[in-house]
Amino acid sequence: MAIIFKPSPSLPPPVTSVGPVAWVRQNLFSSPLNIFLTLFSLYLLYLLIPPVIEWGFINATWEGTSKAACTGGGACWAFVVVYFDQFMYGLYPEAETWRINLAVILLIVMVGAFAIKTINKLYLSIAIIFAYPIVAYFLFAGGIFGLEVVETSLWGGLFLTVLLGVIGIVASFPLGVVLALGRRSDMPIAKSVCVVFIETIRAVPLITILFMASVMIPLFLPEGLNFNKLLRVLIGITLFSAAYMAEVVRGGLQAIPKGQYEAADAMGLTYWQSMILVILPQALKLVIPGIVNSFIALFKDTTLVYIVGMFDFLGRIQAANHDANWLGTTVEGYAFAGFVYWAICFGMSRYSMALERKLETGHKRN
Amino acid sequence: MSDKTTPSNNSFLNDAGNRALIFQIVLLVMVVFAGYYLFSNLQSNLDNRGISTGFSFFNEPAGFPILIHLIEYTEANTYGRAFFVALINTFVISLLGIILATIIGVIMGLARLSKNWLVARLATVYIETLRNIPLLLQMFFWYFAVLAALPAPRNSYEFADFLLNKRGIYSPNPIAQDGFGLVIFGFVLSIVASIGLIIWAKKRQTRTGLWFPAYWSSLGVIVGVTFLFLAVSGFPIEFDLPQKSRFNVTGGMVLPPEFVAVLVALSTYTGAFIAEIVRAGILSVNWGQTEAARSLGLRDNLTQRLIVLPQALRVIIPPLTSQYLNLAKNSSLGAAIAYPELVAVVMGTTLNQTGQAIETIGLCMLVYGSLSLSISVFMNWYNSKMSLIER
Repeated sequence: MAIIFKPSPSLPPPVTSVGPVAWVRQNLFSSPLNIFLTLFSLYLLYLLIPPVIEWGFINATWEGTSKAACTGGGACWAFVVVYFDQFMYGLYPEAETWRINLAVILLIVMVGAFAIKTINKLYLSIAIIFAYPIVAYFLFAGGIFGLEVVETSLWGGLFLTVLLGVIGIVASFPLGVVLALGRRSDMPIAKSVCVVFIETIRAVPLITILFMASVMIPLFLPEGLNFNKLLRVLIGITLFSAAYMAEVVRGGLQAIPKGQYEAADAMGLTYWQSMILVILPQALKLVIPGIVNSFIALFKDTTLVYIVGMFDFLGRIQAANHDANWLGTTVEGYAFAGFVYWAICFGMSRYSMALERKLETGHKRN
Repeated sequence: MSDKTTPSNNSFLNDAGNRALIFQIVLLVMVVFAGYYLFSNLQSNLDNRGISTGFSFFNEPAGFPILIHLIEYTEANTYGRAFFVALINTFVISLLGIILATIIGVIMGLARLSKNWLVARLATVYIETLRNIPLLLQMFFWYFAVLAALPAPRNSYEFADFLLNKRGIYSPNPIAQDGFGLVIFGFVLSIVASIGLIIWAKKRQTRTGLWFPAYWSSLGVIVGVTFLFLAVSGFPIEFDLPQKSRFNVTGGMVLPPEFVAVLVALSTYTGAFIAEIVRAGILSVNWGQTEAARSLGLRDNLTQRLIVLPQALRVIIPPLTSQYLNLAKNSSLGAAIAYPELVAVVMGTTLNQTGQAIETIGLCMLVYGSLSLSISVFMNWYNSKMSLIER
């Protein structure tokens, strides 16, 4: 008769090493210093969170036509509600704002069309890059097909902010690529022209470039030739952003192993063939996250146009703060602006991180 | 023997060298021509508008007040002096901003790496919030929403001898009395002594391996000796305390709200970026280094100080330098809330009053440019020294 060894079932691990209790012990109360830090953080949260919720939601007023309507003692969101259209579109005539909405929807549809498998992506890209800007320009400015003309001085709000950011980054991209190639070129004069341009622009704050665009460009143009402020500011922003773009692209060019350049040469490709067919496709793919990051930076920097007298999103909010009917709603205005900027920038930075993971094709050494 | 492989039957234009030469000559001609064209337009425009060029306006009286000035300045002073006042203001805010941003950045970067879950989360929230909101908005927030909401002078908040109100932060103003020179002498003496102490401790450690807490003890020496000299000379310092009256505060030292708003916004914003750099730098050091240090028997703080930090610094310093550069350039945003720095005084008021657009904007760009280029040259040198050399 054999004795069969039957192990008794193993005991569950002690409560102190798995489960929520262990997690709290390990992550919050592992040492005296940690206990102190945890309690201190909890106290900070206790000081901050309840009053903010009370101010922003519980006691907040959502409807009303002046500050007098806000009697709850909390935030006066009625201010944001009343001014919402102005924050979005600036002084763009109210009856015409559908044109901006239409242009935005059109862009979303066109970009969304990339998801359709049967569509020719090349034609779609060409349509977005070349046809869309023309359509959008005439939608915004009017003047044809019986659309009412809207002066660019009326453009404002978040519309202007997005416009400046998007045009700035799109227009600066080709310029930035050329500058980056020039900076890495063997030709001494081409190289020095590019280096001087890039380093000069990067050395000065955007604000001086904007001042230069709004004050100095008219002085440099021949008598009689002049263009409007929006275009001048756009030129300034594009040149500024191109210098930063060039450095981002240069980073990508540097990351391509020398063997790729040599292989392209060995195939008998000319300089431009090797760049367009071999080097740039790889380099640009590497720097897409960097480009998104410089877009975020540029998007935040567009707020500076307020200093040269253009009323972008922040400018509109700052102007609305001076409304005599709504005195004392500064915090609400800034909170709204902060939330919108934060949501856009944070969303884009998450997108850039996701993109980085997606584009990671395993060529990295470790 | 030339190393050119171009066959002789190819035309002149097919030679890569010749083409590069032609292209560059064309480029150069275009750049020179564009420069000449713009310059001649400028000349004729200036003539038409009757604007004289040159910096002669620098010697004329400015006629506008500057609220914050560290050197003597009145409305009767010249534009030249106003420029220097603004230049000093820019340097002061940049320097203080850099120091504060570094402190905030290091603390927040370490906090985000903390083993304490709650602390790490809070640091993440701080970093992700401040990084993603435009700096100008943050400055407006501090200036128009926070500092403007403080009480009027007569209802100031009081902490000890400090006052906090709409007009700024007031603190006691130390005034040196007779015999203060002796205290300064004592202070210098203690610094020399502590430097000697550190050198001696290092030498002794190399010779015998014995360790001496040189930094802590030199701190003690400096504080102790300075205090001793203070006591011996009978505390030759008097404090001018701020006194609040009905509408104003008299006496004391004041940090105006414009200054506080710019400083707080600049340092918290840049601090968030520095925190990410510090975190990335520390994470970039291989975990094996920490394990190796532990197996050598080093304590945790020594592991950090002697092994991890020096290697992390190599990764941290280049992007950190560029953040410092950004901070210095971003100090120009102070112009939007009337902090009298370079852009506000020179490109704002001086430009409006004299109409000398070329000179004022050029001067500003030159100042920022020389500041940045010097850092940029250093960084490029550092970058080429540090980058891995391929073939």
